[in-house]
Amino acid sequence: MHAEEKIKISVRNLNFYYAGDHQALFGNTIDIPANRITAVIGPSGCGKSTHLRVYNRIFELYRGQRAEGEVRIDGQNILAPEVDVLELRRKVGMIFQKPTPFPMSVFDNVAYPMHLHFKLSKSEIADRVEHALRGASLWEEVKDKLKKSGLALSGGQQQRLCVARAIAAEPEILLMDEPTSAVDPVATLKIEDLVLQLREHFTVVIVTHNMQQASRISDYTAFFYKGEIIEFDKTEKIFTNPSCKKTEEYITGRFG
Amino acid sequence: MTNIPRKSIMDPACGDRLFRIAAAGSAFLVLALLAGLLLQLGVGSAPAWREFGFGFLVGTGWDPVANVYGALPAIAGTLLTTAIALILAIPPAFVTALWLVDAPPGIGEIMSQALDLLAAIPSVIYGMWGLFVLVPLMQDHIQPFLSETLGLGKIPFFGEYGNGFGFLTASLILALMILPYMSAVMRNVFRMTPSILRESAFGVGCTRWETAKDIVMRYGIRGLLGGIFIGLGRALGETMAVLFVIGNVMELPENLYASGTTIASTLANNFAEANGIMRSVLFALGLILLLLSLGVQVLAQYYLAMTGASRGEK
Amino acid sequence: MTAIAPEKRRGLFRRKLIDRVVGILSILALLIAVAGMIWIIWVVLARGASVISWTFLTEPSKPYGTLNGGIANALLGTVEITLGAVLIGVPPALLGGIYLAEFGKGTKSGNAIRFSANVMMGMPSVVIGLFIYAIMVIPMGGPSGFAGSVALAVLIFPVVLRTTEDMLLMVPDALRESALALGCSRARTAVRIICRSARSGLVTGIMLAVARVSGETAPLLLTVMWSDAWPKNYFSQPTANLPVLVTEYATNSPFEEQHAAGWGAALVVTLLVLLLNISTRIIFKEKNHAR
Repeated sequence: MHAEEKIKISVRNLNFYYAGDHQALFGNTIDIPANRITAVIGPSGCGKSTHLRVYNRIFELYRGQRAEGEVRIDGQNILAPEVDVLELRRKVGMIFQKPTPFPMSVFDNVAYPMHLHFKLSKSEIADRVEHALRGASLWEEVKDKLKKSGLALSGGQQQRLCVARAIAAEPEILLMDEPTSAVDPVATLKIEDLVLQLREHFTVVIVTHNMQQASRISDYTAFFYKGEIIEFDKTEKIFTNPSCKKTEEYITGRFG
Repeated sequence: MTNIPRKSIMDPACGDRLFRIAAAGSAFLVLALLAGLLLQLGVGSAPAWREFGFGFLVGTGWDPVANVYGALPAIAGTLLTTAIALILAIPPAFVTALWLVDAPPGIGEIMSQALDLLAAIPSVIYGMWGLFVLVPLMQDHIQPFLSETLGLGKIPFFGEYGNGFGFLTASLILALMILPYMSAVMRNVFRMTPSILRESAFGVGCTRWETAKDIVMRYGIRGLLGGIFIGLGRALGETMAVLFVIGNVMELPENLYASGTTIASTLANNFAEANGIMRSVLFALGLILLLLSLGVQVLAQYYLAMTGASRGEK
Repeated sequence: MTAIAPEKRRGLFRRKLIDRVVGILSILALLIAVAGMIWIIWVVLARGASVISWTFLTEPSKPYGTLNGGIANALLGTVEITLGAVLIGVPPALLGGIYLAEFGKGTKSGNAIRFSANVMMGMPSVVIGLFIYAIMVIPMGGPSGFAGSVALAVLIFPVVLRTTEDMLLMVPDALRESALALGCSRARTAVRIICRSARSGLVTGIMLAVARVSGETAPLLLTVMWSDAWPKNYFSQPTANLPVLVTEYATNSPFEEQHAAGWGAALVVTLLVLLLNISTRIIFKEKNHAR
């Protein structure tokens, strides 16, 4: 596939089942390149989010859901039972469709993952909180409000707070599940700029309903349809000259 | 178009109005009852307040023959048993609620129902079991085990020798009685946590317990407090179960194994023979209990209303 | 920013251990609570069953010291008192519940009433007993079965009020609107149509309330007290009843036989309450599945 790229996540033949043996993903195979932004597009209910949620095994929260196949992050199959899920979730951060600040202050929100995973001094935590908030393009706006509740921020700020929280514990991969769908257009652009910056330090996989967004910010794009990966290529190619007919139909809005 | 006739008394619209008034009156009965309670107990206890004044609240003597009455032993007993019952019951209520919310569907449902059945057992039955089963057990096995084997008897106020009756036994039964109520309310509170918030916590790398302790608990703290107040309210007013096992002695609590009394059990015990000023004294005790309960219930409902769960009990 | 040094990591093992331990403690707590319940019911069954016999259920209680007493008069008395309580307390509660659901929804007074009803439900029953003692027993010169019924009715009232309101609110608005559109008055709509639709829920609420008061002892202690006679003078004399019998025999009698009789009566009360409770759960479950 793209020989010049280093591969971060390597998925082979991933099948996913909801409770009651209802299959949602069929033989997904894909290589997510490191330090690039990969967009995942497709019509509603086609498995985009389901696929994303395998990367940090968040589906295990729900009884009856299971994944079969291989998902290698830096060579290690993270679906194997001996893998430490807590450590996996530190390495793989996730941002959700709606902003989900914890019921605590802005500062505590960002400091929380650090408290969870590390033993650091107060000053070190304060430094890293500032660093994370800067990394999320939020520092200037909240530096005087660090003690205020996270819920007191605007929607766009809350989502950036969630990004700051996600990067606080030094992950390597960031998963974003339609992060701008619940946020106003001005804040959306801010978040998109942020995602472009994040690429420098993290591998980003972003599920989006918004094709313009995908073409604006991503390097690679995967097109999902009914639980299968129909096409995966450089974003430019997908949007200007897709190889599969289904991809073309979706891009041109014939369905979805 | 034909004329629409004017209203007459036989008109359904008038019957409608009468019905509305009757229905409204019935609803407002609630307020009337509450007001009546306060009024009646206030009036009935007035002679006692006049005679003993506020010294009644801190007096410790109780000798009907000598006309000496003090409420402190009863008040202290109520507060002590309630406090211990809460300490014993809140952690299990919390963790059982957590477990039940995430439990596998079949077992979870059965266990839920079984726990709720604990709440259905009448308090007089708890009293019987307490008197005939728990008290001997406490005297012969549990109390010696706690104070000698575990060495807890050396802690001041704990108690060294017990006859099975007393504050600890009463508190144990109370704890068992309020556990299902608090667990049920807490379960509802946990269910109302948005799943996306829990996923966020897990996504950051929390274990189940860390999610519950740091995020779910904070999110639902008002509802949890409401549940605790509901349990508090029940423990305050519980009469029969306590009556059977507390020993019924009008003494201040000396230690956990000592016999004593609570306001509710004093009332139940003494009413049969009461007359004159003693009756008034008992009304005064009842008023104290009423005010305590009222305060707790109002707080409970206030907190629960804030979570949108306006019903405290099923 | 420099990466966080690996030595600063918190032990994963410790975190997982705590998680595991809490999980085990949860299950333990649950098992202990359920075991406690089973233990109590088991004791009541074991000690009470040996006493129950046809004579036990049909002979009246005898004064202290006399042998072969039964609980028939207490049974009858309990039935009378509970029935009285239902007849006094349920109709206004139903009416009030209809008011809250159909006319008072969202109003300030409606909210105040609902709040107060919730508060009333948490009032200690002994205080209610005290209240009825003051306004009925003293003026009437003595305890009576009737006073007991009123006390229990006061306990039933807020419970049935709230369950009625909740059940009626579950009926979809579309039903109300179609009835009103046909020209039905509000009262008729409420009674004939909405209540009928929520019928099983309303009955469940009443049954639950009855289950709750069936075991109530404290208010009866204060308003009805005890009697060895047949419950003939419901309105003017103490009436025999099960809960007070249990209390009397257990705490005021040195005779083994009466302790045993107390267990028998306790068993009857427990069975009654549990039966009511379990059947309401079954009815409610079926209703939910049928929807």
